[in-house]
Amino acid sequence: MTDLPVTGGPAGAGDTGVVRGLPVTATIPEGHVRMPDTGPPPAPPPDEPAGATSSRRGDRLFRWLVTGSGAFVVALIGAIGLFLLVQAIPSVLVDQDNFLLSRNFDTEDPANLRFGILDLLLVTVEVSVFALVLAMPVGLGIALFLTQYAPPRLARPFGYLIDVLAAVPSIIFGLWGILVLAPVLEPVAGWLQAHLGGFFLFAPGNSGIAGATVFTAGIVLAVMILPIITSITREVFERTPRTHVEAALALGATRWEVIRIAVLPFGRSGYISASMLGLGRALGETIALTIILAGVQTPFSGSLFDGGATFASKIALSFAELNNDLSAGAYIAAGLVLFVLTFAVNALARAVIARSGAVA
Amino acid sequence: MKLQRHGLVAALLAASALLLAGCGSDPVPAGGGAGAPAAGGPAVDCGGKENLSAEGSSAQKNAMDAFVQAYQAACPGHNVAYNPTGSGAGIKQFSAGLVDFGGSDSPLSQEKGEVAAAAERCQGNPAWNLPLVFGPVALAYKIEGVTNLVLTAEVAAKLFNGQITTWNDPAIAALNPGVDLPDTPVKVIYRSDESGTTDNVQQYLAAASKGAWTQGTGKKFNGGVGSGAEKSSGVAQAVAATEGSISYVELSFAQDAKLSIARIDSGSGPVELTAENVGKAIEGAKVIGSGNDLVIDLKGVYAEPAPGSYPLILATYEIVCSQGYDADTAKAVKAFLTVAATTGQANLADAGYAPLPASFQEKLLTAVTAIA
Repeated sequence: MTDLPVTGGPAGAGDTGVVRGLPVTATIPEGHVRMPDTGPPPAPPPDEPAGATSSRRGDRLFRWLVTGSGAFVVALIGAIGLFLLVQAIPSVLVDQDNFLLSRNFDTEDPANLRFGILDLLLVTVEVSVFALVLAMPVGLGIALFLTQYAPPRLARPFGYLIDVLAAVPSIIFGLWGILVLAPVLEPVAGWLQAHLGGFFLFAPGNSGIAGATVFTAGIVLAVMILPIITSITREVFERTPRTHVEAALALGATRWEVIRIAVLPFGRSGYISASMLGLGRALGETIALTIILAGVQTPFSGSLFDGGATFASKIALSFAELNNDLSAGAYIAAGLVLFVLTFAVNALARAVIARSGAVA
Repeated sequence: MKLQRHGLVAALLAASALLLAGCGSDPVPAGGGAGAPAAGGPAVDCGGKENLSAEGSSAQKNAMDAFVQAYQAACPGHNVAYNPTGSGAGIKQFSAGLVDFGGSDSPLSQEKGEVAAAAERCQGNPAWNLPLVFGPVALAYKIEGVTNLVLTAEVAAKLFNGQITTWNDPAIAALNPGVDLPDTPVKVIYRSDESGTTDNVQQYLAAASKGAWTQGTGKKFNGGVGSGAEKSSGVAQAVAATEGSISYVELSFAQDAKLSIARIDSGSGPVELTAENVGKAIEGAKVIGSGNDLVIDLKGVYAEPAPGSYPLILATYEIVCSQGYDADTAKAVKAFLTVAATTGQANLADAGYAPLPASFQEKLLTAVTAIA
C-alpha cells in the first residue's frame, strides 16, 4: 500500500492501511498524532522503523516477526489457491458441458458431470452489486452524519450501535429476510414489475416463492455490509486534517462545502476501499442467501425477481451429500471462480483508489 | 443368554405396546418411551466402547438424534457421535474403518465395489444393511378452500413435471368429484438442497406414475418446473406462504406448518397419511437381501402398494459388520442398535419418521443379536 502515489492530502489507503497510511500531511495538530515514530519533522512514509542503523536484537526479532506474518498470509492464500486448483482440475477436465458458459449444474453422476458456472456468476454478481448500490450511499450518509453533523456525545453510541449490526449472525439476517422482510416487500416488488416490467431488471422473475428473490436478498445483503462500509468510512473521515477543514471554513465555506472541499477528497479512497471490503463480504455471503433465494429450474434472466443460487449458496446447498471427489471437484471449481472473482474485484478497487488518489 | 432372550421378549412386548399407543392420535410422551426399558429389565446389554462413531446420510440425522437420546437414557455414560456428511461419505468412512457403522440412503452397491470394500473392513465378513429408519413423505399443498385433495402417483408426477399447470385440470377434477378446484396456476416447490427425500420421491414417481415421470431419479429435483426452498423447514414455510403450491416434505414438517396433506389413491381408494397406513406399507416392503442382510426393495411398495397402505415412504440403512468388530465395539454397537430398534422408535414420530411395525422389528432384532 505504500507504493501508491501519495500526493498532498489523501493518502493511498488500502484495506488495512487506512490508519497507518494517513499521517503524511505536513502538520498535524495534537490529538491526531498516530505516528509510530517520534521524530519531530514528519518523516517520509514510515517504511523503515526508525533508523536502519539501529541493530538491536529486539528490532531484529520484531522485524523477523512482522516479515513472518506477511509471508504467512501470502503463503496461506497461495496454498488455498493451489488446493482449489488441484481439486478442481480433474472435474473440469471430465465436464461434459462448457465450464464457463453452461447454466447446468448436474453433478449427481460422477461419470457424467454436466456443470457450468454462468448462472452462478451472474446471480452472484447481480445480488452483490445490487447490495452495494443500496449500501454505498447510505453508508456514506451515516459516516458523514457521525463525523460532521452529530454531536460527539451522540456520535459515539451511534457508532457502536452500527458496529453491533456487524455482529448479527447471517442466519438471523436470512430468516429475517425471508420471514419478515419478504412479505413486506411483496407490494413493492409487484409495483415495480407492473410499472417498470419492460426493463430487464424489473421483469417478472422465475421465483415462484413470494419474496425469495435477488431483490430481497440484495436488500438483506445491503444491511449486512452497511456496518463495514460505515465504520471504515467514519474512521477515515474522522482523520480529515483539521487544517484542511479550518482552511475551508476560513474561506467562508458552509458545512456542505467543507465536506465537499475537504472531507470527501481526503476520504474518497478510504470510502472506496471500505465499499470494496463490503462487496467482498457480499460475494462470499452464504447462509442468508441459501435461506432467501429460491432454487429455480429455469436459467437466470437477469431480473431482480429471479431466484437462483450464488457460488457460495450453491456449495452450501450441496456439500452435505457430496459423495465422491469428482462431484465435489465441480463445486470446488465453482469456489475457485469465486476466489478469482474476489481477486479481480480487489484489483479493480486498487486501480480505482490509485486513480482517484492521483486525481485529487 | 437365556436371560437376555427373556428380556428381549419383554422389550418387544413393551415396544409393541408403545407402537400401538403411538398409532392412536395422542403421541406417546417422551418420558414414557424413555422409562419403559428401565422397567423392562436387561433387554439392552449396555457396555463396551463408550463412544461409538458413525457417519453418513443426513436424511436420518433427526432419527439418529432420537436414537442417541434413548441410548443415553438406557445406557448412561454411553454415546454415539453421528456425523451427517452424506451417504457416500458414510459408506467410505465405514469401509475405511474410521467409523463404527455407517448410515446410508441406499444399500451397499455390488457394482461400485462397496460390498467388497466393506467386507474387507469387517475382517472378511459380510457387512449388513439394516433399515432402521422409515419415514413417510407428505404431498403438502395450499389451495384456497381445498383441504381434502386426492392425488394419484400419475397426477402427482404430472404436477411435479409441469404437465398439469392449473388446479382445475380435468385429471385432478376426476379424482376429486364435488371439490371446487380453483382456476389458479400450480406452483411446484421442491428441495433446493440435495436430499434423500427428493431421491425417494422421484423414485416413487418413476415407479408408480405409469410412465408419466420421465425425469429420472437422484438427489436433485429434476422436474424442470417450480421453485426450490432450502431444507424441509424451508419447503414447509414456502408452501404455507404460497397460494396454489404443492410440494413433498417429511410428515412432521407438514404438520408443524399446518399444511394440508394430499391423500394418495393407488387404485384402491384414497389413503390418508397415518402411522397405521404407513406401517402397512413398511410391512409390504420386500426383503431382497439374504439372511440378516435386510436390504429392502421399496419399488414394490411404490408400484403396487397393499390396499389401504400409504406408499410414499423412504427408508435409510445402518451399515454394520456382521462379524469382525473387536469385542468392545461389537457390544456397544449391539446395545445401540437394540435401543434404536425398540425404545428409540417411540420418539421417531415426533422427528417425522414412522415407527417400525412389529414384524419388521423382529427381523431387525434377530439381525442385531446375530452380530458378533
